[in-house]
Amino acid sequence: MPAKRMTIKDHTAEANLFARRTVVALLIVGVMLSVLVSNLYVLQIKKFQDYQTRSNGNRIKVLPVAPNRGLIYDRKGRLLAENRPVYSLEIVPEQVEDIDGVVAELSAMLDISDDEIKDFEQSLKRVRRFKPVALRSRLSEQDVARFAAQQHRFPGVSIEARLTRFYPYADALTHVLGYVARINKKDLQKLREAGQEDNYAATHDIGKQGVERYHEDLLHGEVGYQQVEVNSQGRIIRVLDFDPPTPGQDIVLNIDIDLQMEARKALEGRRGSVVALDPRTGGVMALYSNPSYDPNLFVHGISSKDYSALLNSPDRPLINRATQGQYPPASTIKPHLALVGLEEGIIDSETTLFDRGRYQLKNVSHVWRDWKKYGHGQVDVVKSVEVSCDIFFYDLAYRLGIDRISDAMQQFGFGDYTGIDLYEESDANMPSRGWKRARHNEPWYIGDTISVGIGQSYWTATPLQLADSLMALVNKGSRYVPQIIRGNLVDDEVQLQPVKELRPIPVKNEENWDIVLDSLYGTVNREHGTARSAFSGAHYISGGKTGTAQLFSIGQDEEYEEENVAKHLRDNAMYIGYAPIDAPEIVVAVALENAGGGSSNAAPVARQIMDFHFRDRTFDSLVLNPQDAAEDNESQ
Amino acid sequence: MIRTKLETNKQTWLQHLHIDGWLLLGLIVLMGVGLVTIYSAGGQDVELVQRQFIRLGVALVVMFALAQVPVGAYRRVAIYFYLAGLAMLVAVLIVGVVGKGAQRWLDLGVIRFQPSEIMKLAVPMLVAWYISKENLPPRIQHITIGFIMVLTPTLLIAKQPDLGTSLLIASSGLFALFLAGMSWKLITIVGGLASAFAPIMWFFLMQDYQKQRVLTFMDPESDPLGAGYHIIQSKIAIGSGGWEGKGWLQGTQSQLEFLPERHTDFIFSVFSEEFGLLGVLALLAIYIYIIVRGMLIAVRAQDAFSKLLAGSLTLTFFVYVFVNMGMVSGILPVVGVPLPLVSYGGTSMVTLMAGFGILMAISTQKRLLVRE
Repeated sequence: MPAKRMTIKDHTAEANLFARRTVVALLIVGVMLSVLVSNLYVLQIKKFQDYQTRSNGNRIKVLPVAPNRGLIYDRKGRLLAENRPVYSLEIVPEQVEDIDGVVAELSAMLDISDDEIKDFEQSLKRVRRFKPVALRSRLSEQDVARFAAQQHRFPGVSIEARLTRFYPYADALTHVLGYVARINKKDLQKLREAGQEDNYAATHDIGKQGVERYHEDLLHGEVGYQQVEVNSQGRIIRVLDFDPPTPGQDIVLNIDIDLQMEARKALEGRRGSVVALDPRTGGVMALYSNPSYDPNLFVHGISSKDYSALLNSPDRPLINRATQGQYPPASTIKPHLALVGLEEGIIDSETTLFDRGRYQLKNVSHVWRDWKKYGHGQVDVVKSVEVSCDIFFYDLAYRLGIDRISDAMQQFGFGDYTGIDLYEESDANMPSRGWKRARHNEPWYIGDTISVGIGQSYWTATPLQLADSLMALVNKGSRYVPQIIRGNLVDDEVQLQPVKELRPIPVKNEENWDIVLDSLYGTVNREHGTARSAFSGAHYISGGKTGTAQLFSIGQDEEYEEENVAKHLRDNAMYIGYAPIDAPEIVVAVALENAGGGSSNAAPVARQIMDFHFRDRTFDSLVLNPQDAAEDNESQ
Repeated sequence: MIRTKLETNKQTWLQHLHIDGWLLLGLIVLMGVGLVTIYSAGGQDVELVQRQFIRLGVALVVMFALAQVPVGAYRRVAIYFYLAGLAMLVAVLIVGVVGKGAQRWLDLGVIRFQPSEIMKLAVPMLVAWYISKENLPPRIQHITIGFIMVLTPTLLIAKQPDLGTSLLIASSGLFALFLAGMSWKLITIVGGLASAFAPIMWFFLMQDYQKQRVLTFMDPESDPLGAGYHIIQSKIAIGSGGWEGKGWLQGTQSQLEFLPERHTDFIFSVFSEEFGLLGVLALLAIYIYIIVRGMLIAVRAQDAFSKLLAGSLTLTFFVYVFVNMGMVSGILPVVGVPLPLVSYGGTSMVTLMAGFGILMAISTQKRLLVRE
């Protein structure tokens, strides 16, 4: 049968056809496999390095570790700024089964407020479940103790410590130390510009004011790094390598905290400031501005209520009055003017003038008055300083002219920054013809010059500038930059920072300087001296000059009566002084706002500071030639 | 002499159970590799391995059961099987359960069920039956009808959308036609038509997420954190394995969870990272062994239906391997095809093992027929 034959024949043919197609199929399989394998070869062998690097890049993360901030000590090694652990109560969500229950229990135990719970629940939503969330960011020590005893009951809840700045002397040093606070956008921008962004990658706080800000570079240190293995969610699996951070430098200040506290005591309840410098180095031994505020408030983020209270307080506690307060220097600059008069040859030690209490220029109707109604009578330059005669200095200023005064006073540092290691400093103002034209678009009048003679009329100075200028006087022209920092602490030893000398004031005739210093001596020590009563009975000999700055213009023929003038328009009391007289160790400037006369208000403050400074010293130890000095003292 | 005798006894014993010992050996080794890799990929989760172990047991039972069915029965039920499957595919599109963004499941109350899995077996069975009714090579009208048989379920499944499965089903049917001896001329024409069809697919049939996958495949680095993330991480895992790999349980890409779908579709990346190219070549050797064994069964099969079905099932198994390895290593777009018998997961594995059960039926029953 053909059909059957065909079937058998086809059967073999079919088998052959199928076998052929199977071979073709297997060949195609082979080709596809070789494509697959050659691609894998490229991935795993040719590009192995590349993918290995990317694999490591995936899993290895480098985390910055913040350095510990350098500590700050006073000149005698007492801690002024330290790092204290702050404890926070943190919960790792994924490790806690019943979060609401645990939070309820904890809040009963630690008195956690609804606001805190609300904040916690907010951040709970944002953070990954294995990252800790703070329930309370600052635990008291009792809280820590209370929780520690019960910790075993709360798996997934722990207390974490972080170091933050603490200022044990609180408001006593605010205007010196300043404070640190959380790095904000502006700080970040600055760090970026300075190329310091990486160094601050893990840092929480940065110096915002004072020494903390000025010496940020010293105090901060260098960031460290931790190499960790992370998974795809960023959870740290283990630490692979640790490159520890370099802690910031510990620094020592010229500040004597005892003296600083004394200054604080002396200014209690007043608006004003005290600056004490060491004239041998320019070191700042005390610098206090009252009222002050607690810098610790800012470290943890001050509440807006507290901040606006500080900002809007009429006493303006945020201002550093010692370096930013701009006051008419008043009579405190008479010694400086006297020196310029002597050096310029306008006057000499013999020059006298008869003071009747009034000063007038030819063809000018205006009458300038002395602070003493009927004048001081016959005065020479020394007596004029001692009694603070105004008429003598009206006349001297008139004869010197504003140009010479302005130039000479700029050499004493007036109208310029002292260069103290604080950014919170004002340059105040030393007026000149050019300045008045630029500032007020007015010509300089002769009357302006005469007022300048008693430290008024556009002339302003900071208490620090006054102390600085007195330092130049007692150093006979040598000038140092006032410095708060004394040195770095390296292995428990202080490595002193070099003293910063400025270009000295040229000395024409040293005798002129002696005359002026003698007048400062007389102000404190001679019968008619304006500071005599303030310093009577002191166990050291000092020199100084009082000043009383008028803030309130009284009419030509009116009397200034303190009781009738609003408190904020009362006179500022000023004083500058130094001691011991023949080997000065301390220069003090005091400025009290609206306190009245300098001799009765500011000078006693300076006295208190100096008394305190020399409290452990005998009279003999404080003079070069004890015998002469003793006789001198008795003869008065 | 003794050895031969023993061997003969053993074969006889296995044959009596309708088990192809050589094929079973390959499958068991592969399953072992799978369990070891799942343990690593699943983050040392013993429970996960246990669940897979149970599934493998179930799949082996299914394989064993299907191996007992006479081959003639498959030929006879092919058409009903296919029609039932087709009906269910239509039902899925109408009342199916949506999961993972696609409508693939039929909820039968007790179990959820993917009709497309039935088609993986039904399509090659139907085509093999239809083509083998006439003498080979098939004539053009038979081929045309064969194409319709293949394309109908393929399009229905692509519409769910499940590109991976539709690709596997299409290839299983087309392999049967190819092995049947469809002429090269016709293959060229169909290839040309398919290329012309591609743009139509792109604009009318493909979902946005599928288009995105293709675009991502073209340039994964264009969106490294988004759509390209998976494929980039997978290539990093494979590439960083090198020759010898990072060692079992030591793959950082998988252990630290940078890899997506570690114990399912991307398990090959885990394997490559931990065992390197040498391990990959060993794994491929097991696959090649199974494929060669499967093709041998096909060639030795007694009738055209058995040959076509066995060959088609075996080559489809290879398509699984190629598509999965190709997609995780970046030479194919990601279409959701598991690595057969290694990836974690039940449904497709049971179907695969059912296929091997049919292969074993073909392999073991012909000698019984010869004896009779």
